[in-house]
Amino acid sequence: MPAGRTVEAMMLGKLDWSAIPFDQPIPLIAGAVVLVGILAVLIWVVVKGHLPYLWHEWITSVDHKRIGVMYILLASVMLLRGGSDAIMMRIQQAIAYQSQGYLPPEHYNQIFSAHGTIMIFFVAMPFVIGLMNLVVPLQLGVRDVAFPTLNSVGFWLTSTGALLVNVSLVVGEFARTGWLAFPPLSGLTYSPGVGVDYYAWSLQISGVGTLVAGINLVTTVLKLRTKGMNYLRMPMFCWTTLASNLLIVAAFPILTATLAMLLLDRYLGFHFFTNEAGGNVMMFMNLIWAWGHPEVYILVLPAFGIYSEVVSTFSGKPLFGYRSMVLATMAICVISFMVWLHHFFTMGAGPDVNAIFGIASMIIAVPTGVKIYNWLFTMYGGRIRFATPMLWSVGFMVTFIIGGLTGVLVAVPPADFMLHNSMFLVAHFHNVIIGGVLFGAFAGFEYWFPKAFGFRLDERWGKVAFWFTFIGFYVTFMPLYVVGMLGMTRRLQHYDVAAWRPWMMVAAIGMLLLSIGVLAQVMQLVVSIRNREALRDRTGDPWDGRSLEWATSSPPPVFNFAFPPDVRGEDAYWALKWHAKVQQLEDHPGPEYQDIEMPRNSPTGFVCAFFATVMGFALIWHIWWMVILGGLGAFATFVVFAWRDHDEYVIPAAEVERIDRINIEERRSLVSMAGAA
Amino acid sequence: MSDQTHMPVGHDLAPGEEEQHSVGERVIGYVVGLVLALLLTATSFFIAGTDLVWQPSIPVALIVLAIAQMGVHLVFFLHITTGPDNTNNVLALAFGLLIVFLVVGGTVWIMGHLNQNMPPMDQFIQMHS
Repeated sequence: MPAGRTVEAMMLGKLDWSAIPFDQPIPLIAGAVVLVGILAVLIWVVVKGHLPYLWHEWITSVDHKRIGVMYILLASVMLLRGGSDAIMMRIQQAIAYQSQGYLPPEHYNQIFSAHGTIMIFFVAMPFVIGLMNLVVPLQLGVRDVAFPTLNSVGFWLTSTGALLVNVSLVVGEFARTGWLAFPPLSGLTYSPGVGVDYYAWSLQISGVGTLVAGINLVTTVLKLRTKGMNYLRMPMFCWTTLASNLLIVAAFPILTATLAMLLLDRYLGFHFFTNEAGGNVMMFMNLIWAWGHPEVYILVLPAFGIYSEVVSTFSGKPLFGYRSMVLATMAICVISFMVWLHHFFTMGAGPDVNAIFGIASMIIAVPTGVKIYNWLFTMYGGRIRFATPMLWSVGFMVTFIIGGLTGVLVAVPPADFMLHNSMFLVAHFHNVIIGGVLFGAFAGFEYWFPKAFGFRLDERWGKVAFWFTFIGFYVTFMPLYVVGMLGMTRRLQHYDVAAWRPWMMVAAIGMLLLSIGVLAQVMQLVVSIRNREALRDRTGDPWDGRSLEWATSSPPPVFNFAFPPDVRGEDAYWALKWHAKVQQLEDHPGPEYQDIEMPRNSPTGFVCAFFATVMGFALIWHIWWMVILGGLGAFATFVVFAWRDHDEYVIPAAEVERIDRINIEERRSLVSMAGAA
Repeated sequence: MSDQTHMPVGHDLAPGEEEQHSVGERVIGYVVGLVLALLLTATSFFIAGTDLVWQPSIPVALIVLAIAQMGVHLVFFLHITTGPDNTNNVLALAFGLLIVFLVVGGTVWIMGHLNQNMPPMDQFIQMHS
């Protein structure tokens, strides 16, 4: 090797100009458009002088509400990215009958791998974590999460993962291995490129962020509750948050360890999951699904919590069977760790193993069924208002029952032997993830948006979005059940079976409807922001809510509550409201306002994530000096933060009083208006 | 952690938080723990190399000693007690143990059953020769 090349290899590792896909127009153009878009936004921000505002109020913020909003923003942007992948796949399968379609196999394989990875890790996860962050401290009646700065670190590390996945579009390639990167295909022998490294490092880094968020939220629910908020008075969403984050804390280390072993195989010549030298690829399937199945419940449990809140609010009734709901949630939390083998019934295990895990998989449908009945009974006899969040919830119930039943079907091992890795399976998990998690995320988004921003979302566009998404979902995924029954396997780049063709065309039309649904959602946001004065929610309680987040103003002040609320039962805020009505909001002197100490903003999270990005990129491209630099930088950031002198600031009592008085006045005017009407 | 301290719910202690004991008591606690831990370690090394006990019992003895070692660490260093101020920690430990048991036990069982549906190797070779 000539001396110049050696120096270059030391400086740049595996990186050179061939990493940029000049020969592939689609990713290059997409990447260029995104880059121009980002640059335009950046220039606009700098020129308009918004940078200090963004830096002080958002990027360095340790306020749980702001961090929650940023999580949801990240998820929404990544939803568009993962959605474009989905559109490309549906078009490919619609036209690739007896032809190669328009996507070459190596590109198509990257697209379905990126679609799965993005939708699970960078859409569903940040969306539910964002909603939990935004709402749970408010529902518990406290001022922040347990570890505010750690919260910010968690968010920014998740963004690092998302950034690395998107960088792979332009620099290098993404994995072609499917969203779980099974070896030996993901091993060095069959995937020598950087695709799997992009996949693994972005998940490792964002996985740390998720684990941190999980620890934070578990601690918050267990340790920070307002006076009188004992466990059996917590709103259902807090319970599902607790269960879901317990699962994060228990399951994510398995993912980290499994990917670490895969990386050792790829970087240092280990043999955990290789075919030769005593490796066992089946161990990877076993471990990744020991994480992967609880992950499904990590996503869907918070969604269940959202439906519980929405259904009870819009039916004007307390949640039916609250205690059975708590029990069902915690049962799912434990049983979700006893079913993971059902993802690989066909791997070769004997009848005892398959039967036990099959039965466990069917049993987990029981607590889920309990929940469905509880929601139905909550609606029964209620005065139901079909606002957009309620539409998403009812749509969920219908859709999720179909998905759940096909799930029980594939939990039967002999049936699974027929349907394993078929389009039937693809239809099933989209049925539960879209119908369960995504509908829940949208319901939560519509429901809590007024709380976060102080104005409601436009109902008309919200309903348009719901109906297009709802119908689009059925038109897209019901045909996939059919082709699965007709023997179509998943991830086909092209096919020669005439019977599948019409169904794939229908699915592509469904995709069009789904896209219109997403566009309507964007339109809803645009229209609502433009009409925000008309949609303004001055009361803090736009839906006649039942839990404590509605007891403060919209958007809540940075300290959430001027006084820690005193909880005397379930549906804490509902009780407060009735109490207040009886007293006609008499001018009784409240307790003295006091100074409030709040955590100071900190750039720790952002700086840490910057160095983590540098380190991740360097690890992917084997640029070792940069790895050391990134690692040292992240560590130095941590040291600086650990030795900080001032971590809190004081909001004086007078300022608290001023802010709180405004809220009280708004509410009083609302009550007197209601009295006049 | 902001001003949440003035509205706590229970009064339990997080791992690593200061307990309401005098310094002397705490030092004695750590010293007892250290002595026990060293004793258990030394016993393990001794048993592994000895021929004083029935040989097949050695692995069992080592497992028992290892579990005792974990117990000593939990009680003396991590301060897991059965007192009412420790409910969260005990529950967290129980949940952790349950999950580890499920995942490790399940994995051992699954991996031991992997080749159930494969024909035995000698038949396999016959079929292909």
